[in-house]
Amino acid sequence: MAATLSPPRLLPSGDSAITVEFSRNIDDVANQRVLALDRTLARETIAGVTEAVPTYRSLLVHYDPVQIDFGTLGEKLLTLAQMPAPPAATTRRWRIPVVYGGEHGIDLEDVAKALNMTPDDIVARHVAGDYRVAMIGFTPGWSYLSGLPDSLRMPRRLNPRLLTPAGTISIGGVQAGVQCLAAPSGWHLLGRTAVRTYQLRRDPTFLLEPGDAVTFTAVDAKTFAEQDQAAERGEIVAELIAS
Amino acid sequence: MSKLVISAIGPASSVQDGGRHGAQRYGLTPSGAMDRLALAAANSLVGNAAFAAAIEIGPFRAAFTAREGAVRVALAGSPRNADISGRAVASDTSMTLADGETLTLGFARGGSFSYLAIEGGIAGEPMFGSLAVNARAGLGSPYPRPLQAGDELQTAAASGATERRIDLPPLSDGPIRVVMGPQDNEFGDAKELFLDSEWKISATSDRMGYRLEGPVIKHLHGHNIVTDGTVNGSIQVPGNGQPIVLMLDRGTSGGYPKIATVITADLGRFAQLPAGRGFRFKAVGMTEAQAEARKFWEMLRTLPDRVRPIENFDLNIEALQDANVAGAAVSAVDAGTWQIPSPADAQAHD
Repeated sequence: MAATLSPPRLLPSGDSAITVEFSRNIDDVANQRVLALDRTLARETIAGVTEAVPTYRSLLVHYDPVQIDFGTLGEKLLTLAQMPAPPAATTRRWRIPVVYGGEHGIDLEDVAKALNMTPDDIVARHVAGDYRVAMIGFTPGWSYLSGLPDSLRMPRRLNPRLLTPAGTISIGGVQAGVQCLAAPSGWHLLGRTAVRTYQLRRDPTFLLEPGDAVTFTAVDAKTFAEQDQAAERGEIVAELIAS
Repeated sequence: MSKLVISAIGPASSVQDGGRHGAQRYGLTPSGAMDRLALAAANSLVGNAAFAAAIEIGPFRAAFTAREGAVRVALAGSPRNADISGRAVASDTSMTLADGETLTLGFARGGSFSYLAIEGGIAGEPMFGSLAVNARAGLGSPYPRPLQAGDELQTAAASGATERRIDLPPLSDGPIRVVMGPQDNEFGDAKELFLDSEWKISATSDRMGYRLEGPVIKHLHGHNIVTDGTVNGSIQVPGNGQPIVLMLDRGTSGGYPKIATVITADLGRFAQLPAGRGFRFKAVGMTEAQAEARKFWEMLRTLPDRVRPIENFDLNIEALQDANVAGAAVSAVDAGTWQIPSPADAQAHD
């Protein structure tokens, strides 16, 4: 938690976007303020703003410089950042099934060794975590979670892998992730989920929203295989346990 | 309906349009044409909306054949030799392929991408309002991947309209202008080094990012920052100190410090720079960058005003100039002796 709250910094991201930065670090208070400004901006529409992208610590606001300039938009955003944000409509809570270890989570053993625990300890702690979607980015549906238990923190891999599988559940530093598409990654792979956080021609295409709460539950390889087939048919597989 | 068959195509060629917007918050990058001005110019020649889907053609040779009817197309972007059944045609013009005729394009000369717009657009299933190919996300229509020989694009039958040409303002060959930030304070003297040095685009570049080759740009506090949002033209500096300019298929967020951002008005010109050619950056203030952006969008909006019917005189001069640029000796007196320079023009792709 940040000791003090300062007004956000406005950083130019070219001539058509502003980064509204609340913190230079990963911190929950900053992320809450990012998501609050995101909600405020969705309600108090500003002509010329085309898209807002929340991240851990900043809100990237895309805009059309034909309609509004940097100075005018910056002032409006600073004002909005001071307003009380509309409360999140509902906090949705998802339970995401994960098959841990073995071929599905090739780093589980190494993580256990590095942290002086058994693989079962790691799984137990990962499942016990209470996570929130801090941001979605990099590739479609890649959900960055806050709330990783302190005991599971460890530095990222020195050599990032060029390809990690779709559905990878991983940890890196203070972060935890649910990855949708196969992608490069420097995080530690604990397991896989059949849940597609991004799937074309499914309603909704994107399952998770920034701010959603997430917990994990362990399943066996057979269940994973069944869920994977169901997910391929367009089923959501993740359980919505509260909203 | 007619169709345009891809008879031959190189890598880095795909259907692109103005891109898909509004889902960056879910990690979905906009994609879209690397050179939006060239896309809009090609479309305006055949009466399409500025950002209708067209074929983005990479630096290599390509050929397109009309089937099941005539197809009217227009070519813009990087200069390259073009002919229909041996008859030279010019860039920045429209042209009609009779059923069975083939438009053959040589290598890009001095640029990277050309755009082939098709009258009536390309038939496809838009996803998030766009046909643009984003192969990593499985998006794009009619093919969610780069184009391959044998692919077919369904389109309208040619209207038979008079062919047209477009007069575009000459492109600057000055430095690529940038706005510093958002993380330029992560760099000390390296900022001056970045702005004072000559850079080259690496051959390993793609639609996701252009890797730059030049001096090592050192960070003040290491190369890891907490991930934040990216834009088209973000110049991020990874641990090896060799900047990467994020392009249309970029990740929506990234964890390397971004020293500067290419301005909107120069991004297409930057995208067209061939690998290996030296160029420089120049920092401009926000006021200038936004004034240039407004000029750019205004020019794009008024492109149809620059379109006019081709007269035979125009066509011959254009084709002649194109042939001369390629270094082929041609007779200005006897147009019947013109030859399309053979694909030895590969060397001209510098």
